[in-house]
Amino acid sequence: MKTALLTAAETVGKPSVNITIFVVFVLITLLIVIRASRNNRTAADYYAGGRAFTGRQNGIAISGDYLSAASFLGIAGAIATSGYDGFMYSIGFLVAWLVALLLVAELLRNTGKFTMADVLSFRLRQGPVRTAAAISTLAVSLFYLLAQMAGAGGLVNLLLGIEGTTGQNITIIVVGILMIVYVLVGGMKGTTWVQIIKAVLLILGAALMTFWVLGKAGLDLSSLLGDAAAKAPQKAPLAKDAVLNPGLKYVFDAKGHTDPIKQFDFISLSMALVLGTAGLPHVLMRFYTVPTAKEARKSVVWAIWLIGLFYLFTLVLGFGAMWLVGPKKILAAPGKANSAAPLLAYELGGTLLLGLIAAVAFATILAVVAGLTITASASFAHDVYSNVLKKGKVSPDDEVKVARITAIVIGIAAVFGGIWAKDQNIAFLVALAFAVAASANLPTILYSLFWKRFNTRGALWSIYGGLISSITLIVFSPVVSGKPADPKTHLSASMITNPSIDFHWFPLDNPGLVSIPLAFLLGWIGTLTSKESDATKYAEMEVRSLTGAGAEKAVSH
Amino acid sequence: MTPTARTGGPGTSYQEVQASQEFGELRNRFRKFVFPMTGLFLAWYFLYVGLAAFAPGFMSTKVMGNINIGLIFGLLQFVSTFAITMIYARWADRQFDPTAERLREHMERGQL
Repeated sequence: MKTALLTAAETVGKPSVNITIFVVFVLITLLIVIRASRNNRTAADYYAGGRAFTGRQNGIAISGDYLSAASFLGIAGAIATSGYDGFMYSIGFLVAWLVALLLVAELLRNTGKFTMADVLSFRLRQGPVRTAAAISTLAVSLFYLLAQMAGAGGLVNLLLGIEGTTGQNITIIVVGILMIVYVLVGGMKGTTWVQIIKAVLLILGAALMTFWVLGKAGLDLSSLLGDAAAKAPQKAPLAKDAVLNPGLKYVFDAKGHTDPIKQFDFISLSMALVLGTAGLPHVLMRFYTVPTAKEARKSVVWAIWLIGLFYLFTLVLGFGAMWLVGPKKILAAPGKANSAAPLLAYELGGTLLLGLIAAVAFATILAVVAGLTITASASFAHDVYSNVLKKGKVSPDDEVKVARITAIVIGIAAVFGGIWAKDQNIAFLVALAFAVAASANLPTILYSLFWKRFNTRGALWSIYGGLISSITLIVFSPVVSGKPADPKTHLSASMITNPSIDFHWFPLDNPGLVSIPLAFLLGWIGTLTSKESDATKYAEMEVRSLTGAGAEKAVSH
Repeated sequence: MTPTARTGGPGTSYQEVQASQEFGELRNRFRKFVFPMTGLFLAWYFLYVGLAAFAPGFMSTKVMGNINIGLIFGLLQFVSTFAITMIYARWADRQFDPTAERLREHMERGQL
């Protein structure tokens, strides 16, 4: 084990080159963040970048937020190690944007101010609904943060030639400190610019590698797939090129038989992916950074094109890594599947390309964590502190002060969480965040935008029901305990690696199949059993959401 | 906030707007577009997911070289997502926005 790590660390690039590129990137972005923050005066500046970004800028920033380490490192790694089934992640992540485009983005921009809870509590009882929405915002953001921090640890280990737990932990701490600095100094405006720069770099980097791989394969996708499949380990009764077919991970068990638990787990995962996006608080908050609903629509259109294009690249990158690096070497590297993309870069362009791609991946993690932190801190300061604890009697300056303190606390929590979640696959951790978002947030968002009768009890039952059921099912799923032990290492593949500890009773890895319908159902029953209704507020909300009358305006400096 | 003061003033109150025929039509047009579209892409997506999970043999059928039905089906999900995005954006820009804007003007002048 130790020697495998050492050889991988030795053969992957020069740490000095990688560190230099990292430092240059961090310095440039810090400079931009400081410049961008000069005009930060009001709460709308801190939370929503003054609502002054254009649709295109925000669209690029959204793709920056969304194309996290999970999309780049996680999906490329999933394809490189389990083939076609990894590709199905990207399809769910992309199609999900149509929910946001058609049902949520514009209506949310027209009704809300800073956070998701603004919309959820618009016509319901402020205190309880805001509290619930803030709790679920914090939960989803923390899950997502964990995934990003886990990625940072593995990645930087690979690149800086650091190994062992201490090195990895130090990396996670450095990422935590940097992200706190970005958020404190730059607010939403600075964070958005970091996202834009990072998205452009990431898409260009992925494009370069994609065309490089395709060039090596003679611009022939079919031969690329064939060459890749030849490198994958054969699994006896399945076809030789089973990695090109669906099912390797989500249909068949080790003996090649159909496994219904895996099949339903896949349905559950797909449901969480497609319904999760429009419930992700850090994505929703981005719609407030543009001046109008029309610009919000434009930003989603831009985001869909960029994200779709990027996922097409990851398909090539994943199979390219399988072909040129090979699943065995990838799984032996520090960071395991997550290191497929950087290893491919090294294979293609040597030390320099590895350094560049690594810097881009590092930038991705930094930018996404910053975005998540600002969302979580806004939710606490704006929803809990200002509107619930102080009943709205607090100056915007004080609110922003509280948001900044919260950002520091969240940064520290993320560091500890990241250290704890280090070796998990990032795409998989993010899928859990999606499941919680789809269960706790989406039903209430849709009900409150479209259902006249919806009321406070419905919202509370749905948010808490979705949140508690999804998290409970994760805790008692094979993700946490009880996966069979690996015959070589005698460690379980669950988070708790000791195979003798097994308290799981929920068979699926992803809770979406149960918790999402349950949350919709609870919202419906809760609503029908309560008589509360506020016709005046509903009229205001509906008219505002569709016409844009009374929507929050951009800040002019 | 807006000229649509809730108590008197020149504008129309939100409740009056909501009850008006013009607003009813706007809401209907919006829902008639987005609800069926949502149903359509969700059905198409879950058809793909269902086939991948329960008919992997069919999805593994080779069509051209190493390209199989599963891959083509997956890429078609990209195509349909891009297409729906463009269709919606065009509809919203040309049909929905002008109607919503007219309504907002009528509200502000109290002409509803």
